[in-house]
Amino acid sequence: MTEFKQPTVEEDVAGLDMIYREHILDHYKNPRNHGNIEHPDISFHDNNPLCGDEIKIEVKLDAQTHISDVKFTGRGCAISQCAASMLTEELKDKTLEEAKKITNQDIIGMLAIPISPVRMKCAILSLKVLEAGIYEYENKQKLQKVRITDS
Amino acid sequence: MSKTKLALKTFDVESIRKDFPILKRRIFGKPLVYLDNSATAQKPQVVIDAMTDYYTNYNANVHRGIHKLSEEATHAYEEAHEKVAKFINGSFEEIIFTKGTTESLNLVAYSLGKALKPGDEVVITEMEHHSNIVPWQQVCKEKGAALKFIGIAEDGKLDWNSINSQITKKTKIVSLTHVSNVLGTINPIKEIGKVAHENNAIFIVDAAQSVPRMRVDVKDLDADFLAFSGHKMYGPTGIGVLYGKKNILQDMSPFLYGGDMIKEVKFHESRWNDLPWKFEAGTPNIEQGIGLGVAIDYINSIGIENIEEHERELTKHAMKVLEEVPLVTIYGPDAESRSSVVAFNFDNVHAHDVATILDREGIAVRAGHHCAMPLMSVLNIIASVRASFAIYNTKEEIDKLAASLATVRKVFKL
Repeated sequence: MTEFKQPTVEEDVAGLDMIYREHILDHYKNPRNHGNIEHPDISFHDNNPLCGDEIKIEVKLDAQTHISDVKFTGRGCAISQCAASMLTEELKDKTLEEAKKITNQDIIGMLAIPISPVRMKCAILSLKVLEAGIYEYENKQKLQKVRITDS
Repeated sequence: MSKTKLALKTFDVESIRKDFPILKRRIFGKPLVYLDNSATAQKPQVVIDAMTDYYTNYNANVHRGIHKLSEEATHAYEEAHEKVAKFINGSFEEIIFTKGTTESLNLVAYSLGKALKPGDEVVITEMEHHSNIVPWQQVCKEKGAALKFIGIAEDGKLDWNSINSQITKKTKIVSLTHVSNVLGTINPIKEIGKVAHENNAIFIVDAAQSVPRMRVDVKDLDADFLAFSGHKMYGPTGIGVLYGKKNILQDMSPFLYGGDMIKEVKFHESRWNDLPWKFEAGTPNIEQGIGLGVAIDYINSIGIENIEEHERELTKHAMKVLEEVPLVTIYGPDAESRSSVVAFNFDNVHAHDVATILDREGIAVRAGHHCAMPLMSVLNIIASVRASFAIYNTKEEIDKLAASLATVRKVFKL
């Protein structure tokens, strides 16, 4: 029988002080752009079925393409809420096209902490919510165009 | 062939720990403290060996071959059914092997659900695991039946007023958990079963959390059906049990069709095999079935009453030490009315973060909604940390859990 090899401490993922760093706790305790927008152009809500993290993102657009305001609400772990807070900061003054180019890797980059495979879902929840919200908005716009051309 | 016979010994947690090879593991350089037993329990060496023994020495399909190996495999697989039957005081024909509690409950829901009509009602409780909610939800939707819920009182127990008002003459099925996998509440299922039967309803018990840790006697409970999983009782994953009263099973139509569940197949019709095989279509999980049988031998060698007593002591201790930790909120009833599960939250820190921090101390707990999202909404939380205990846990491990919660405060600067 093969002997189970015990991983050394060094081989394991980074320690706690590497995950719960100052900036993560700061965004968790003082989330930026937290709240709701009146009459948002984009509004989407989703949750992470594994742990129950919830995120809602609302976006106000100028001229249908430019993000003039963005807010989020939600409940969940430090990583999911911190990622949402950082994402909203990143989105201000971006166009929808620019927003669509944000990747999972960009989120990991913003968080600047090691993310284990299990916590990956927490980290990218807000980006998934944003993507789904933009998708829904763009589909609605397309449908409206079709209706206008039809009439 | 596996002929494991274990002698009854006095309860000694240190010697029990030696039976579980995984407990030697170190996590992040610290000894493993495994407190996620409601999710799945660890396996003793005898169970692991029994499964290896099957593959090494007598692997064959069951109920088919005339050859020696098939005979041995069939004997071992059938013997496992007998062990289960004896363990819960049912009879051999009443024990159906499934892949787990979820499949057991789906089997009943699909098969009994066929008879539901608009206006009929199915009653469950607000503290059910998703596996005892979703099958009923879907069957009721399809048949136009109503799904009703027994509510939970402030103390984390089922509300008797709600039991009496929800179960009526319209009720066809009452299905509820013996022990809540979140609150730990031990429900008065025998009494609820009486109410169900007075109203001519079928009475189904989800015993996934109770069978591994307390005496469950289907005759005493007068349960029509009772479902549980092998992996929570020191057996392998992929094997579970559905107990059903013989007279009901005889009249019920099969859930899955195929090999082994038939007596005769013609081009346009078939006759079903005898119980329990009528409900075990296809090649079963032979290895896991044998493993479950040995897990029951193992439990019997320790004594289910000893297990219950040990876990009660651990739970009392856990409630006491966790209540003393500042900023901790515990959910569910007092130690006397609960099984060995303690769910809690730590102030404003999400359960996932608490679990990550505990993990670094070598402590494995569950964090999340525990597959009970409706219950989470009743408690008005999105998640909780859950520590659950088994035969190999010690008071020292629980003290470690409580002490490690100080690290959470430190990390989150609370």
